[in-house]
Formats: sequence, structure tokens, C-alpha cells
Amino acid sequence: MNAIAALGARTLRVLQGWGHAALFFLGLLRVLPQSLRRFGLVVVQMHAIGNRSLLIILASGLAVGFVLALQLYNTLITFGAAESLGLVVNLTLVRELGPVVTALLFAGRAGTSLTAEIGLMKAGEQLAAMELMAIDPRARVLAPRFLAGILSMPLLAALFSAIGILGAWLVGVGLIGLDGGNFWSIQQNGVDVWRDVANGIIKSAVFGVICTFVALYQGYETEATPEGVAYATTRTVVLSSLAVLGMDFILTALMFSTR
Amino acid sequence: MNPDTLIEIDHVTFGYDERRTILNDVSLRFARGKVTAVLGGSGCGKTTLLRLIGGVHGATSGRVVFDGEEIDARNSAQLYRLRRRLGMLFQFGALFTDLSVYDNVAFPLREMTDLPETLIHDIVLMKLNAVGLRGAARLKISEVSGGMARRIALARAIALDPELIMYDEPFAGLDLISMGVAAKLIRTLNDVTGATSLVISHDVPECMAISDHVILMSNGGRIVAQGTPAELMASTDPEVRQFVRGEPDGPVKFHYPAPAMADDFGLGAAAGAAR
Repeated sequence: MNAIAALGARTLRVLQGWGHAALFFLGLLRVLPQSLRRFGLVVVQMHAIGNRSLLIILASGLAVGFVLALQLYNTLITFGAAESLGLVVNLTLVRELGPVVTALLFAGRAGTSLTAEIGLMKAGEQLAAMELMAIDPRARVLAPRFLAGILSMPLLAALFSAIGILGAWLVGVGLIGLDGGNFWSIQQNGVDVWRDVANGIIKSAVFGVICTFVALYQGYETEATPEGVAYATTRTVVLSSLAVLGMDFILTALMFSTR
Repeated sequence: MNPDTLIEIDHVTFGYDERRTILNDVSLRFARGKVTAVLGGSGCGKTTLLRLIGGVHGATSGRVVFDGEEIDARNSAQLYRLRRRLGMLFQFGALFTDLSVYDNVAFPLREMTDLPETLIHDIVLMKLNAVGLRGAARLKISEVSGGMARRIALARAIALDPELIMYDEPFAGLDLISMGVAAKLIRTLNDVTGATSLVISHDVPECMAISDHVILMSNGGRIVAQGTPAELMASTDPEVRQFVRGEPDGPVKFHYPAPAMADDFGLGAAAGAAR
């Protein structure tokens, strides 16, 4: 009987947590227009979130491009399809790896930074001070960061894919000796702007919403102690990554299903 | 409500959870235009009282009335309207660490008003001058000492000339000179701006020197005594005497409630029999 009661209590706690997060999300959406009116705050956050993530995004994109070209060439050559390397790399990056890997890197680099920043603001009573000044911290602190995260993610994913394709070109054309003209022209013919590129952008925007929301929520709701902030940053990475991977499957099924 | 009363705490009970009651049926009045000090030991609910007045928490039962209007912690529109009329100095300053000293004081002015930047500049320098830190305007928060941080926070709290200024432990951690300066500043600001000041502290001499009215609070928000500083200093009540004179022995116990020492150290009757 106690086990059933404990299970019930746990279920209720989980549901309560989901409800609380949903209300928090709706509250954030409600104050989002205020951020649009003060776009300068968003630009500052885009610099903090996006610009400072550039190095890791570009380095990872280049490395992924190198490895993809080597691996795919070895497979494609066995089917006599080595010339389609550019197209396969492009579709892999634009549809899948660009948005997903960028989101995972974003959760680790910018997400943890956001959670720690908001958590420490809470611990230092900065958010409480703002509230007592009659300034809504959700509108002044959270909303600009939320919007900046949503806008930065597709830009970072696009850069990841672009540098990845460049990396594949360096390996495929520069190292292996494939025809350079064919490398680009097959991409021009095979990649559809709406079906492939636009869907990739939509994916990364959705991942931007997920990663930034999780990071801000964990920071805002953290226990205001050093242990609490440390635990919240870890939770940000774990929850963001799981949510991104789960949502990627759903979005891929919706966007690229052939049936 | 008496027109001379700015804040009324009416039979308020509050606890952060169901097991722990911080304030139990507390009733208090804070006079308009006066400096009122609430004195009491750590953990007696002084800061909680400020948070209830600021609407950060809602009372479990009872009413908190600000200038004739009952504060409803769930009504955010009302809360933000009332909060525009108050300023609060947090115990550790709660300064925005990503902003400079100047920008911290300018923050409420930029957020809450449409004043031009030239006017904001003048107001910020005037407020910083009032706390003696005009020369520190361009410093980062990481470059100022704890005492300076408290004074910057005070300048920020008075930036919008609030009707009520709440001070949470304004003297904690300050050296003697800074303490004297801060005390004098609180009194002067109150007299010059005509605001109502509410000082939460456990520093008896400073509070007695600057307050018009002193409330002595003990655990659970129980009001031990209240009156003018002179009345409290002359009180013969053993609890009041112990607190204002800082005596270790008296009605206020130093030790947190605990089992008998013999039991905790295994020296009880059962332990003795076993040996």
C-alpha cells in the first residue's frame, strides 16, 4: 500500500513539475513582445550566447565535415557513387547533424552559462531586488535571453553546416581528388531550399526554444545555493540533450517521411 | 486605518512551510514619515516581515495593509503599482554584478521612467554624492568593498525617491566609521525626503540613535516591547534589558532547543547501567 502511495505521490510531483514548467513557458511567451520593443537587450544577449559559441561550433563543424567526407567516401566508392559525396554530406548536415549537433553543443556551452548566470542572480537576490523595484525579471532578464537563443540557434546551425560542407570539400576535392565542379553542382541540383534547408532551419529554431527554455527554467527555479546551481547546470545539459534528441525524431518523421 | 499609519500588519501568520511558523499572529503599525527600527535576534522573522510588506510572500492568514490598501501577493498588477512607491536595501546589496556602479543606480531610472539620459546622469550623480560615492561612479561592482556596495545599493534604493525605504540589516558587516555614516545617512534621508523608513537590524546602539520608534521582536514574531528609544533603554523588563545590553544570561536562551546533554553524549541512566 505504501509503495502505491509513494508511486502516486511521485506521479503527482512529476505532473506538478510539468504543469509548473508549462505555466512558466506561457508566462515567458506573454512577456516576449516587450523584448521585441527593446531589441537592444536581445542583441546584447545574442552576442553573449551566439557569438561566444562560434568557436566551438565552427571547430566542431569542420571536424564533422572532415570525418563525414572520409567515412562516406569509403562507403560510396563501393557502390560507384563517390561523385555524390557532396550531396550526401550536404543533406546529412543540413537536415540532421547541423541542427542536432549545434543544439547539443549549444546546451553545453550557452545553456549551462545561462543557467549558472540566472541561478547566481537568484542566489545574489538580484532577481528579488528587480521584483521589488516593480520590474518583472522575466521581461527584463529572461525574455531577451530566450529570444536571443531562438534567433542564434538557426544562425549557428547554418554556420555549422556551411563549415562542415567546406571541410568535406577540403577532404573530398583537396585530399581525395574528386572533381570540384561536380562536388558543388550535384548539391545545387539535389538540395531543395524548402524541403531540406527550410526544414533544417525550422528544426534548429525548435531546438533553440527547447535548449534556451530549459536553461532559463532551471536557472530561475534553482535552489539558491552553490549545490543547487551546480545541480541545475547539470540538469540543463541532460534535459536539453534528451529533449533535442526526442524532438529530432518527431520532427524528422513529420518533415521527411516519404509516406 | 489611522492616516498617520503607512503600514499595518494585522494579525499576520506566516511560515515558509507547514511545519515551521516564522511569524505567529503578529500585529504592528509603522508611522508615516518616521524611522522605525525592528530589533531582534537572528531568525526571529525580521526579514520575513519586510518580504511580506514587499509582497514577495503572501501571509498565511491576516492582512498587510500599505497606505490603506491590503497587499495581495497574487495580484501582480497591484504589487507592481505598490512597489513603485518603495525602495529596499538588501542585506548584501543585491547589486547587478554585470553593471557598473553608475549603471546600477541608473537602472531603476532607465527602467521605470522616460527621463532623458542627461537628466538620469545628474540624478545618479546626486544620489551617489548623497552616499559619498560620486567618485566611484565608473567602478565595476567587483572593485568595491562590502561597505561601499551597501551604500551603492542605498543610492539605488532611493533613486526614485520612494515613500517607504526598507533597510534589511544596513549595519551588518560594516566597520565602525561606515556604520556611523550609514546610520546618519538613514536619518538624514528620512528627514530630507520625508519618506518613511523601516530598519531591520540587531545593532542596538545605531538603531536607538536614529529611530523615532523601536520594536523589539523575538522568535515567532512575538513583540517583546515597543516605544521610543528612551523608553526601551529605561525598560526594566528582563528580556528587553538583556537584548539592549547584550547580556548572555537572561530570558533569551543562547542554545537552540536540544535534548539533555547527557543523552546526546551517551551519559544517561541507560548508558551508565550498561557500563
